[in-house]
Amino acid sequence: MSEASPAKAYTLHLGVIALLFVLSFLLPEYYHGLLARIMVLAVFAMGYNMLFGYVGLLSLGHAMFFAAGLYGAGLAVIQLGWSVPLAFLGGVACGAVLALVIGLLALRTTGVAFMIVTMMFAQVFYLLILYFATWTGGDQGMVVPQPARVLSLGATSLELTNPTVRYMTALGLFSIVLLITSAIVRSRYGRVLVAIRENEERTKMLGYDTFSNKLAAVVVSGTICAASGAAYALLFGYVGSSFASVQYSILPLLWVLLGGAATTLGPLIGTLFMYYVIDITSGYTSAYLLIVGIALILLVLFFPKGILGSIRQRWLGWLP
Amino acid sequence: MHFGPHLLLAALEGLVTSAVLALTALGLSLVFGVMRVVNVAHGEFFMLGAVLAWAITTAIGGHPALGFLAALVIAPLIVGAIALVAERLVLRRLNYNPEATIVATIGMLYIIQQLALTFYGPEARPVEPPFSYRILLPWFGYSGYKLSVIAASALLLIATWLVLTRTRIGLIMRATQYDSETAQAFGIPVGRVYGGVFALGAMLAAIAAVLIVPISQAHYLMGQDPLLLSFIVVIIGGLGSLRGTVVAAVLIGLSDGIISMFFSPTLAKIIATLLVAMVLVFRPQGLFGTASR
Repeated sequence: MSEASPAKAYTLHLGVIALLFVLSFLLPEYYHGLLARIMVLAVFAMGYNMLFGYVGLLSLGHAMFFAAGLYGAGLAVIQLGWSVPLAFLGGVACGAVLALVIGLLALRTTGVAFMIVTMMFAQVFYLLILYFATWTGGDQGMVVPQPARVLSLGATSLELTNPTVRYMTALGLFSIVLLITSAIVRSRYGRVLVAIRENEERTKMLGYDTFSNKLAAVVVSGTICAASGAAYALLFGYVGSSFASVQYSILPLLWVLLGGAATTLGPLIGTLFMYYVIDITSGYTSAYLLIVGIALILLVLFFPKGILGSIRQRWLGWLP
Repeated sequence: MHFGPHLLLAALEGLVTSAVLALTALGLSLVFGVMRVVNVAHGEFFMLGAVLAWAITTAIGGHPALGFLAALVIAPLIVGAIALVAERLVLRRLNYNPEATIVATIGMLYIIQQLALTFYGPEARPVEPPFSYRILLPWFGYSGYKLSVIAASALLLIATWLVLTRTRIGLIMRATQYDSETAQAFGIPVGRVYGGVFALGAMLAAIAAVLIVPISQAHYLMGQDPLLLSFIVVIIGGLGSLRGTVVAAVLIGLSDGIISMFFSPTLAKIIATLLVAMVLVFRPQGLFGTASR
């Protein structure tokens, strides 16, 4: 990572945001909706990247943070009748608290045990959703009713079901999270995280409290994932237990690996690319999990750095 | 039925689960113990065993015992061969790096599962048991086949234990598990041992699946529960310890049988998973294992 070019990095980020803004007016309807969804899921991947890319902690349970936001926001609207902004904050808070608890427990383990423990906690969370089917709708899930999905700002009210509003809200969330994560990873704290990834013992010896730094990273990561989940519930109106299943813990890993771990734009590229591949192949086969499986194996075998990671290594050393 | 017989029935069902679980978990435990690889695709090797058992018995026809015996021999061999190829093509190239192998085995999980769905279909298909003798107890009749599954599993476990502790192959495997570099220095072909252990682990899962398939049915998603339960067993028993694995399998199988007989199976799973996660957090060497070297 080069120090010299914060200006270049910010220009690139703002350029990407501007491009996504312009695309809203150019894309045909189908891709317009798809891109809105991809941006929300890319936020999920960015949250995952915080922990996996920068701290080097491979979690197999991030679906629980996404689902905490999803159900936190969804249940707040459906069961409690909260307004949209309040429900969003509620979902994010659920994720943050869950991440704090899980972090306190799971960070006592390292390596393989960390992966298995996170997977097991996520499984417990998933089973709890199925068990309390009376409130959560079980494996059927719930639909957030259209009239509830309105964002009222003083006199004007925005319907989140409107495609343009939905796209712009997704873009807004994506941009905020992108700028926050790029600021975090450039900060002193971000450098400590990378130092922990590279050599935890040495970082400890230099006097850093690695446990609380890692715990903070789990909480930030979980909170971002919960924000993505909460936005998903409110923008797309569906809250389902499949989002808490193991598969949704694997997908962000795949997206980040594909786009490039520890790059700020990698999560977006990975999510976009994977959706595009699945979209094309679904014309030929319904076996999209096969593609996911093959992609995972090929990536770890031949491109462990992912798309942007490889580009940064070969050509553009300044890439954030 | 009174409480006593009810409990006996639950315990018998639990023992059948334990028997199959011990074999499956032993495969996972061997692979982890010797290779330090967490094989997430282990449940899919189990599923492949069951699906192949259905295919073989259907192809052979005739008396159910004939097809079943053929399946018991052929299905594990095919699964072992598939595992060996996967190990050579993927895991070996990754140098058995723990994180890369876990991602790669997740990939294998999806590939095997999706291929099973494409070629076998979404239906659950039954396999006829090789014999249908019912043992009459004073309170209820119980399937003789289920009891024979427990016996067969016990025999296989003893055989594996004998191979590990009494033969040259077992010695080589233990030497590799203890310190692969020194083993290599003493002329043990560590690469081939890894390949063999990975295949053996998959074969144990496949045998377990062939044994259970006349009781449950063959389905392309049937690998999920055994995977989770095997993880639980291997962790409780202490990673890489054979005796601990068997004790934990009996413990988990029995409690799973009894708890799901009297409470909701989902609740049983929640409690079991949560307890195991806590064991891993607070006692990483397992309940029966000793502290790691």
